[in-house]
Amino acid sequence: MSKKLLWSLFSVMLLVLLVVAGCGGDEGASSDDSGDDTNTSQNDNTDNSSNDSSSSDSSSSDNSDDKKTLVFGRGADSVSLDPSKVTDGESIYVTNQVYDTLVRYEQGNTEVKEALAVDWDVNEDGTVWTFKLREGVKFHDGTDFTAEDVVYNFERWTTSGEYVYYGYMFGASEDDPAGIIEKVEALSDYEVQFTLEEPNAPFLQTLAMPPFAIASPDAIEEYGDDYGNHPVGTGPFKFVEWLKDDRIVLEKNPDYFGQVASVDEVVFRVIPDNSARFMELQSGTIHIMNGMNPQDIATAENDANLQIIRRPSMNVGYMAMNTSKEGPMSSKLVRQAINLAIDKDKLITLYEGIGKPAKNPMPPSLWGYNDDIEDYGYDPEEAKRLLAEAGYGDGFTVELYTMSNPRPYMPQPKLMAQAIQQMLGEVGIEVKIVMNDWDTHLAKTENAEHDMAFLGWTGDNGDPDNFLYVLLDKDNAKVGSAGNIAFYKNDEVHDLLIKAQTEMDQEKRTEYYLQAQEIIHEDAPWLPIAHTTPPLGVSKKVSNYVPHPTGSEPFNYIELD
Amino acid sequence: MSAEVNTSGNPKVDTKKAKSSSLWLDSMSRLLKSKTSVIGLLIILTLIFTAIFAPYVATHDPTEQDIFNRYAAPSSDHWLGTDELGRDIYSRIVYGSRISIQIGVIAVGISMVIGVLLGIVAGYFGRWIDNIIMRFIDILMAFPSILLAIALVAVLGPSLTNAMIAVGIVGVPHFARIVRSTVLSIKETEYIEAARASGVRNGEILFRHILPNSMAPIIVQATLSIGTAILDAAGLSFLGLGAQPPKPEWGAMLSDGQAALQTAPWVIMFPGLAILIVVLGFNLFGDGLRDALDPRLKQ
Amino acid sequence: MLNYIIRRLVMLIPVLIGVSIIAFSLMHLIPGDPARSMLGEKATEDQLELLREELGLNDPLAVQYGRYVGKVIKGDLGESVKSGVPIAEELASRLPATFELSIFAMGVAIVIGVLAGVIAAVKQYSWFDNISMTGALFGVSMPIFWLGLMLIWVFAVILGWLPPSGRLSLDVELETITNMYLLDSLLTGNWEAFADAFKHLLMPGLALGTIPMAIIARMTRSSMLEVMRQDYIRTAKAKGLAKFLVIFQHALKNAFLPVLTVIGLQFGYLLGGAVLTETIFSWPGVGRYVYLSILGRDYPVVQSTILVVATIFVIVNLITDILYKYIDPRISYD
Repeated sequence: MSKKLLWSLFSVMLLVLLVVAGCGGDEGASSDDSGDDTNTSQNDNTDNSSNDSSSSDSSSSDNSDDKKTLVFGRGADSVSLDPSKVTDGESIYVTNQVYDTLVRYEQGNTEVKEALAVDWDVNEDGTVWTFKLREGVKFHDGTDFTAEDVVYNFERWTTSGEYVYYGYMFGASEDDPAGIIEKVEALSDYEVQFTLEEPNAPFLQTLAMPPFAIASPDAIEEYGDDYGNHPVGTGPFKFVEWLKDDRIVLEKNPDYFGQVASVDEVVFRVIPDNSARFMELQSGTIHIMNGMNPQDIATAENDANLQIIRRPSMNVGYMAMNTSKEGPMSSKLVRQAINLAIDKDKLITLYEGIGKPAKNPMPPSLWGYNDDIEDYGYDPEEAKRLLAEAGYGDGFTVELYTMSNPRPYMPQPKLMAQAIQQMLGEVGIEVKIVMNDWDTHLAKTENAEHDMAFLGWTGDNGDPDNFLYVLLDKDNAKVGSAGNIAFYKNDEVHDLLIKAQTEMDQEKRTEYYLQAQEIIHEDAPWLPIAHTTPPLGVSKKVSNYVPHPTGSEPFNYIELD
Repeated sequence: MSAEVNTSGNPKVDTKKAKSSSLWLDSMSRLLKSKTSVIGLLIILTLIFTAIFAPYVATHDPTEQDIFNRYAAPSSDHWLGTDELGRDIYSRIVYGSRISIQIGVIAVGISMVIGVLLGIVAGYFGRWIDNIIMRFIDILMAFPSILLAIALVAVLGPSLTNAMIAVGIVGVPHFARIVRSTVLSIKETEYIEAARASGVRNGEILFRHILPNSMAPIIVQATLSIGTAILDAAGLSFLGLGAQPPKPEWGAMLSDGQAALQTAPWVIMFPGLAILIVVLGFNLFGDGLRDALDPRLKQ
Repeated sequence: MLNYIIRRLVMLIPVLIGVSIIAFSLMHLIPGDPARSMLGEKATEDQLELLREELGLNDPLAVQYGRYVGKVIKGDLGESVKSGVPIAEELASRLPATFELSIFAMGVAIVIGVLAGVIAAVKQYSWFDNISMTGALFGVSMPIFWLGLMLIWVFAVILGWLPPSGRLSLDVELETITNMYLLDSLLTGNWEAFADAFKHLLMPGLALGTIPMAIIARMTRSSMLEVMRQDYIRTAKAKGLAKFLVIFQHALKNAFLPVLTVIGLQFGYLLGGAVLTETIFSWPGVGRYVYLSILGRDYPVVQSTILVVATIFVIVNLITDILYKYIDPRISYD
């Protein structure tokens, strides 16, 4: 009998296998395709990208053992690899490797240096910028980079509201899709000129931001809507493949015009759980991780194979209150009361040493920070009094929207939400926590569905404008694509911010920003929570890694033993 | 394991469908002779006691945060340590017992009411009604239960109530099938035939005669289902699809404690143990009940 | 036999239709505008209208359902709203991962479960019987997500023996054929990858296999006991060991029948339990895919994946039934 039994067990397995084969009908075929390039085939399947991997695989030698692969572990996947359409750091991290901007930031600070542009000029009133472009640069698809491509990209960004950053930074809207950029012209193959409607102080800083990366027009035309899955730039690394929710693989661009990468390959791996990711780091399967559990920092510091590198602080984590929603949140008194009801010292404990309490919407490391402002402080009695004055003495119920995964400016959002729930409960405000994954959270808050919501911002270009205008100006309080998720609309603030934008004199700009922060403090659209120095867990095999304050940096300087 | 457990497949006791109360008494005495079912009963009684007297059993307020005292190891003040917000884990587990009972009763209640109704109707009326109902049950059973529950919660939205509803719906087929087969066997007995012949209305036959005689298997199934329901609901909460903070639901506690796996393992160890023990209790008692009430039911 | 199989296959059709109706209507019962909840953020009214048109959301539900089924029959499961990747393509890469895990878990469960059950039955009331059946009782009551975390804590954190997540270490290369790594590494003779894949499988496999293992052990023991109590076995036992052995095989065969049914049913449990296990161990399979899609409100993915998983479950149950009949021809089916 036992023979028969074994046989029947075996046939169960066999049938199950057949089912698998049946379900994945086309899978077999594509695996065969990728069989040609076995040396690049990753451990995981390559079926949905076999075309890319085979076409980009030119170095088909057998020395794959010598290949230096840098593995970066993170908590969430990129949304899209078309940087002009995204606002999330996880997308930008990857696109920063694949693309170049006209100018780039120096390592570790926001000074601007040459990149695709080698020289630039601005006329006296600050409205005409002329850039001389680098010659002989090729996109990863082999096409030449010229001034026309810059024009193409900038014009593309004016065609739809999807290009979120373009809207934020250049004040574009439905009525005025190009914003402050009047025109972009190619003066010659390697010379491009921007004409602005009005002077824009942070213009050059802004051009260095990863969203304004120059993409290959051929690739954009070829892939159409699917371009975000097939990025083609000029950067130090070329895109190889993307397995959603698993990994993105890049290989070095040996023809890069700047410093050619020392590692041969970069893999961005998604490991959602912080602890699991940290264990991978400990076991050496990943080299750099972001989003560390604060309690793992000490463990890493005591590990002979690991180091903690802190990203310089240029961020703010906050809880926005939706001022556009009828009811308690539209009342200034209520918002002030909420500020008073929160014990920030306790909240900061949840940052476990990586955060400092915030009182303003921008970090103290930036010029223009108003240190004279006194934070609300913790005073639940005063909070109750204000609530009563506002007509909410009996309390009310609000929804607090939070993301489920940690962010650099908020390592433990779920805990923060519960702590705030408790603290506000004590002054009679009942908080209902609504937790969503990151992109859903973004979508819902931009859509103004929340009463209160967590969010944060990592500076893009080192200019106060990039905090105050993007996050709190009425121009950016458009439902559906808001950077200002408090939907805070104050004309006085708006005037100050616009004046600061068009003024080229830094002293005057500073004065405007100081004033704007005072009004914002009084109106309390936010509960500013913290500024952090996000820790990165890094293997000691990695050297020359300098995290950039803007939240991402190209990996071409990194050395790997 | 005691000798009584060997009733698994060893029908020592003849099962007559006697209607006297002595059957119940016999069953109870058999039940109490089984060591394992007594252990199960004790666990269940402890759970109920804890839930009722939670404020006295607990040492702290289960939602009171002590943020400066997070991840404290077990100590004389915090018997099982504190969690990620400095809340007392022991007290949270104590209060969590209320949620577990709630889940067990409500979810199984939903399965039972719907399942029993469907089963009785299908079994008693037969023909096309039976066919339709049983095909529907077949379809429900075509989904792996946890997956169906997850999908239902996705539709209803994540909350403890919805998790209970989802787990309840997923449990319907078991009740429907068991009740239907019992009804089929009772339907043909002489006294039901007699009742029908003397013109008693269907409704009365169903609820006065058939339902009471199907009680034994229903009770067994309900007891065993409570364990499964608690497990499934905890799983949903663990995935963030069930109880929402700050509810001290055991699965949610586990989920929140994951971050501290390396540094504060007690945060996840104890809630998990609580789930294990309680589910074990219901399973032991349910097994015992089944053997005591009708050994033939065990298959 | 053939007639029976054909009849069963025909009976499958209404069940599958029902399953597809449920999967379809679940995802269309979600309150609110699906287009809005899919595009959410930056969607303009034009884009929304475009998507509604594209998804055919403006048509009556019945028409939408008909179209959906029509596509599914042709193997088109739709596309992920989030990534735009065809769902069939995603499943093709993830199903093998889940199957590898489930089959491994079931294999462990059957081997240990049947063995423990048989020994426990033969040596009834022995210490082995007591311990294994107590273990089995704990097993059926086990919250597997907790067990998974505890395994990680012990074997990955404290001992550092096993990797806490994933299917294969990144520095291990493997040519994929079936996408079931154990099988692939065997087929290509890649022992390093085999060992590595095996290490990655151990913890999730054990966590997922615990409940089926316990159930199988209990079922094997009780059905063995029942068969062994029959007269002819007792007689054989009395007459001598050799004869007993022969009949013992017969006993095991009969005892295996109910166990087989349990195995079929438990396979469905594994497909569901995989959601929890795969989430804990970051296993890139179907379970985690469904879970992430639910969190990300990628409803077409949820709908099609549930349909596929349910179909697989139904087919596995059918196979079990057929095997059942094949092993025990005495049973007749009407």
